[in-house]
Amino acid sequence: MSASLKKLLSRGAPAWLQAGPYALVFVLFFILPLVLIVAVSFWDATEYEMIPAFTPKNYLAIFEGCSNASDLCVTLKTYYSTLKFCFLAWFFTLVIGFTVAYFLAFHVRTTAMQTVLFLLCTIPFWTSNVIRMISWVPLLGRNGLINDFLMHTHLVSQPQDWLLFSSFSVVLAFIHLFTIFMIVPIFNSMMRIDRSLLEAALDAGATPWQTLWNVIVPLSRTGIIIGSIFVITIVMGDFVTIGVMGGQQIASVGKIIQVQTSYLQFPLAAANAVILLLVVLMIIWALTRLVDIRKEL
Amino acid sequence: MNDKRGFSFYALAAFFALFLLFLYGPTITIFILSFQGPEGGLTFPMRGVSLHWFSKLMEGVGVVDIGAAFMRSLKLGLLVTALTVLLSVSAALAFRKRMRGANVLFYVAVASLIMPSIIVSLGVGLSFRLLDTALKFLFDWAGWTGMSESFTTTMGLYTSALGAQLTWTLPFGLLVMFAVFNRFNSAYEEAALDLGATPWQSFRHVVLPLIAPSVVGVGMFGFTLSWDEIARSSQAIGDLNTLPLELQGLTTTVTTPVIYALGTLTTAISFLVVGLAIGIMALVRRRARGRKLQAT
Repeated sequence: MSASLKKLLSRGAPAWLQAGPYALVFVLFFILPLVLIVAVSFWDATEYEMIPAFTPKNYLAIFEGCSNASDLCVTLKTYYSTLKFCFLAWFFTLVIGFTVAYFLAFHVRTTAMQTVLFLLCTIPFWTSNVIRMISWVPLLGRNGLINDFLMHTHLVSQPQDWLLFSSFSVVLAFIHLFTIFMIVPIFNSMMRIDRSLLEAALDAGATPWQTLWNVIVPLSRTGIIIGSIFVITIVMGDFVTIGVMGGQQIASVGKIIQVQTSYLQFPLAAANAVILLLVVLMIIWALTRLVDIRKEL
Repeated sequence: MNDKRGFSFYALAAFFALFLLFLYGPTITIFILSFQGPEGGLTFPMRGVSLHWFSKLMEGVGVVDIGAAFMRSLKLGLLVTALTVLLSVSAALAFRKRMRGANVLFYVAVASLIMPSIIVSLGVGLSFRLLDTALKFLFDWAGWTGMSESFTTTMGLYTSALGAQLTWTLPFGLLVMFAVFNRFNSAYEEAALDLGATPWQSFRHVVLPLIAPSVVGVGMFGFTLSWDEIARSSQAIGDLNTLPLELQGLTTTVTTPVIYALGTLTTAISFLVVGLAIGIMALVRRRARGRKLQAT
């Protein structure tokens, strides 16, 4: 934008007035709540009320018994299981998302076809996640299509129970729901790659695999990182997917916070939220060392 | 790229087709099963075809009044849509000027987008509970016993739940508007301003018609995200649940295809809104093109 236009624009309503309401929402419903979470995490509580104080006892309660190396405490076990889900979801959404984006960006030739296929990938995003989760029931359940098929072909003699309400179905649902968060930014990055670079690589004698690995992957880095941040932060705090697809039987960090909140144990829930926030911030910090989001829009 | 479609093209195309099947297959399955006959269960085979489970749905599921939850979600969704469009477009205009704290505001919006939802939800719920306590204390202190006794909570659909959902829809709104203004050719606008149009005239008659399709897109984001939102409103909703929250509760208790009927219904609403938005976008574009032809 030219400097003269900036000058012309500045004659209109002042910027702070235009952005004020937008900023106010975040101050009231995002920043203030976060500050209160940190404050309340040091409060004391009885069964029915919170008592303002400054005590580390909520944090001590969370890490109670964690110094014992031979047997993991509940908190560390839960983080271990959540991080495991996180890694699996990240790995599969990345591989599938990258492959789909690569196909759309480099193998579909017309823009019209690209748009249509891309829209086909995004449409499910506009529908309810819970519906998409329960839609696995008729397929994976005890009397579901998969078990029917396995029984009919005599591959198994008993219906398989590990298909639904299990770690397997949780990871499957994560992939089902969140691959879109990889496809969009990676596809966006790939569409910005100068096609002559690929020709240059081929002309210089690179095999298609070498071009993919040494040219396309590094140039899609931004998309890969943005997608990874999305998937990792969603899965780290998830309690809805793990709840529904795990049959309310699998623990996760988000679920602990949700249960404690519903029992009105706010100081304890707040302390757990602070720890989760720190873990997520560390992961994001590590990832954002590699990219500037604002340049990519 | 080489002109002949090689093996890699067909392999990738097959992979893509499988991915689409994976995306749509389950949803299509429950769509079919929601028309299950009255005797039928949660899985195949179909025992007849009927609208039985849709009529059951209208009667309510257990203690849940689906119709009321539906209306609550609809009203909240429309309010979120209106606020998301107004606030995001207005903020995006501010970002085009010199503004102090522009970077901070941008990063706060991005942080809100990627913040685990349970933390936002807990924070908003907690804030309103503390507000309740403070208000009660105030009423007692001021001696307004009537107020103190009748007061229950400030939490509710149009206070805490609305705020919690906005922390989710507003960042999407701003990102879409950023993408629009990054590709925006401001020559027309500059010309209008040079010719003496007031900033409002230039926005109303030049900028807005050009960005209208994207503004509709922001509205579509606002509605569909609110319509299906669970995680952020879950701890900040108060006494009356929205439709998706009721739905989440029903997954553990309901063992009949009535839940599939509910799924088909909410998905139909989402599709309707997306279809409507795409239709309006196409219409706006066509009108703009028509005008351009008239002008030449």
